[in-house]
Amino acid sequence: MTEYVGQSMPRYNGIGQVTGTARYVDDIQFPGMLYVKVLRSPVHKGTIRNLDLSAVAKTTGVAGVLTADDIPGQNAYGFYGDSQVFNPKQPRFKGEPIAAVVAVDEDTAMEALAKAKLDIEEQTPVFDMFEALKPNAPLVRPGTANNLFEYAPGKTTFVIKLGDIEKGFQEADHVIEGTYKEGMQDHCPMEPHVSVARIDDADRLEIYTHSQCLNVHLGFLCPVFNLPQSKINYIGGRCGGGFGGKNDIHCDHIAGLAALKFRKPVKFRFTRKEDLAYSTKRGPWVFEYKTGFKSDGRIVASHIREFHDSGAYTGLSPYCIEKCGMFASGPYAVPNILVEAQVIYTNKPVSSSMRGFAVLNGQVAMETQMSRIAEQLGLDPWELRFINAWRDGDMGASRYVVQGAGAIEAMRKCAELAGIQLPAKLMEMNSRRR
Amino acid sequence: MKKKGVGMSCVLHPTGNKGAGDPSQAAIQLKPDGTFTLVTGAVDLGQGSSTILRQFAADELGVPIENITVNNSAGNAAPVTMGSFASRVTLIDPHAVKLAAEDLKAQICKWAAAQFGVNPDDVTFADNKVAVKNDPAKSLTMAEVGAGVFNSPALMIGTGAWYPAPFTAHDPETGAMPSVGAVSFGACYLELEVDTETGVVDILKLVQAWEVGKAVNPLMCKMQIGGGLSIGLGYALSEECWPHAPSMDFVPEVLGDYFIPTFADYPLENERAVAEVPHPMGVKGAKGFSEGSSTAPIPAIIAALHDALGVWITEIPVTPEVILRALGARG
Amino acid sequence: MKHVLSFTLNGAPVDALVQATDTLLDVLREKIGLTGTKRGCDTGNCGACTVLIDNEPVNACLTIALTVTGKTVTTVEGLVEGSELHPLQKAFHEHGASQCGFCTSGMLMAAKALLDKHPQPSRSAIVEFMSGNLCRCGTYLEVIEAIQAVAGGK
Repeated sequence: MTEYVGQSMPRYNGIGQVTGTARYVDDIQFPGMLYVKVLRSPVHKGTIRNLDLSAVAKTTGVAGVLTADDIPGQNAYGFYGDSQVFNPKQPRFKGEPIAAVVAVDEDTAMEALAKAKLDIEEQTPVFDMFEALKPNAPLVRPGTANNLFEYAPGKTTFVIKLGDIEKGFQEADHVIEGTYKEGMQDHCPMEPHVSVARIDDADRLEIYTHSQCLNVHLGFLCPVFNLPQSKINYIGGRCGGGFGGKNDIHCDHIAGLAALKFRKPVKFRFTRKEDLAYSTKRGPWVFEYKTGFKSDGRIVASHIREFHDSGAYTGLSPYCIEKCGMFASGPYAVPNILVEAQVIYTNKPVSSSMRGFAVLNGQVAMETQMSRIAEQLGLDPWELRFINAWRDGDMGASRYVVQGAGAIEAMRKCAELAGIQLPAKLMEMNSRRR
Repeated sequence: MKKKGVGMSCVLHPTGNKGAGDPSQAAIQLKPDGTFTLVTGAVDLGQGSSTILRQFAADELGVPIENITVNNSAGNAAPVTMGSFASRVTLIDPHAVKLAAEDLKAQICKWAAAQFGVNPDDVTFADNKVAVKNDPAKSLTMAEVGAGVFNSPALMIGTGAWYPAPFTAHDPETGAMPSVGAVSFGACYLELEVDTETGVVDILKLVQAWEVGKAVNPLMCKMQIGGGLSIGLGYALSEECWPHAPSMDFVPEVLGDYFIPTFADYPLENERAVAEVPHPMGVKGAKGFSEGSSTAPIPAIIAALHDALGVWITEIPVTPEVILRALGARG
Repeated sequence: MKHVLSFTLNGAPVDALVQATDTLLDVLREKIGLTGTKRGCDTGNCGACTVLIDNEPVNACLTIALTVTGKTVTTVEGLVEGSELHPLQKAFHEHGASQCGFCTSGMLMAAKALLDKHPQPSRSAIVEFMSGNLCRCGTYLEVIEAIQAVAGGK
């Protein structure tokens, strides 16, 4: 019998991608479809004194407007439940949705939105994490004491401890410290965010989505619409590139609300500008690494401080710092580890998941430390990594036991392909035992 | 002046959500003509989940792959999959598919046993047929089974659901939390050229290898290793949403302001390969890895820039401005 | 005010009622319903909407629809020859030159324009010609392979 796992074969659903028949959400059109455009905060931080949408609603071709008052359920969603569908009071980042208009086409919607009378008091925002940590910094979240995510009242630092960090640094022959700054990146899938919603023949809310995680998002949407899962048909399965950006809802909630209110098919799509400027992001990081090592190259202590910029809402940031911390000492057996990590709010777009997740950011810092250690010791950078690489049974930072380790195997393959002859002592090593 | 440098890196990428939980479900239905529909909630982002889950289904059923269709857009009717994130689908979903196939095979054997007048244990399911163990003359093709099932009051849908373990949280004091899914490992070697007048970096050669447990579809592994460069090279060298934060208000608004890698930014020489250390948690040793192919090139670039310029650059993206500033600071 | 736009689309004459401000992309996708041509940026940066106008690759999002009056437009839907996939379509599929697929239509049309002009392009000629087409999945290497395979008659 043929065994298929292990064989190269082209994409099962690929023919439609080369003929143009593969259906993406923006390809769906219904007769009489309405289009949504969102009124976004023009300021990074502000307080709305008054919003008058009467002229918007009266514009020819406009079906009506949507505000927070139109939400049948809760005006909150997201992995930590604090993102708002519409922010009617105190926008926290430039581009945050305040309200929406629903019209026969996008041009009409844009023209109508220009008539919105938004009276907003602009306030001083904070963009930099370390500015946000200062005592008198502007508060990103109204009614909070500071700009830090709290795990529990007063507990703002996530900690991982393995072994004895002080003892580790005492044993070390050398210590290298480094501070690493990593920027904000957009997923930039070729398919911009889009959603199509309508009421179907069974009076269900039908939503066509490019969500990466249908079940999770259905769980977010039901409380917004105040509908049980049986009243929503959430149809997806194909996505024009996600890279983590479509792990967060950008359009489905607002398209769904419009379909519920106006009982017509509705499309809501981002422009590329909205995608680049206002969608969720890979949030910025600053790392402070202190790595202790022996003269023979063995890493014996790793103290890591993570500062993660969450933007204006929580996104996935606590999960990010936790997962980053678990792996931030790289694929290496380090007996003594201390990770201290914080999530800091700023008036920027929301940080969330992106390809490589938060783990990527820690690897970049750790690997740069490793390269610097190799330089300082005058050791071959391959050898330094082979010596320290995980073997099966090693213990990682959060006390997980390493199984199926393969860093040595990956490096050997890479060297072979690069035409690099590794020394015999490295070629003899493997990940099964030290 | 143009200077050359080489660098390498070794990184990991965990696949599957930390803390477990993380369930997936799958269903396989026998159709009246003896072919099958695999129904999954796994979203295909382009990573190829429908393709590889179909490969697993064909192997677990032991039927020709052409006989399996995949439906991953069934909306309300779809089994639940946690999501296409955390490089989790290749690690988790094949378990659900495998269990669904086993369930379906058991149902079909039980039905066929009744037709043959034997015990279900005496029926084998192989080569797209069911047969009586010690009497191979008594057999039914899958087309005959499909038609027979359809013409009897029976419905054959095998279902499967799997997760690695119940969800566990971090210990609040020590951060201990032993559940990580599976970890994949990648290594990168690259050669670059940097112009000390302009700060522009040109990657000349890039080699990347990933240890993937089991290469379920080697073509797609290769595509994922090359594909990750888009996000990796962009993050390393050119992409910054707030290039002048916190002092300025400028944000990129069009793709002409925000520079994702193009054809011309991909290295001329590019080698990709996989290594396989079967992972105990995966079906046939398989685990995910694709996200990590964005990671490995970044620290290798930093190391190669040090090799070329003699300075350690400690921020990304390493735009030309960052390089010129670093060179200026060194004097 | 609406105008009648008459042009040849994938070999057949069509008339469409358009506004002076409509782009060719608007007309193809939303008036005629040929959605194979994708909208990725609307600013001519990504190439997902590449179509051929009189055999020249053009960003449909930057083309005012009325300017194609009397011209011949080919979209991805016009690539199939009879019931056979175009060699580029076959090669893109088999070489894995399409991941999420959103850029693929534009890539195929640009690649067709390239091979029509230069049946045996060098690698650097492919890179230069195709550089207006972005792919975030990073299929560039496979796209080059697929174009080379077609050029080499494979």
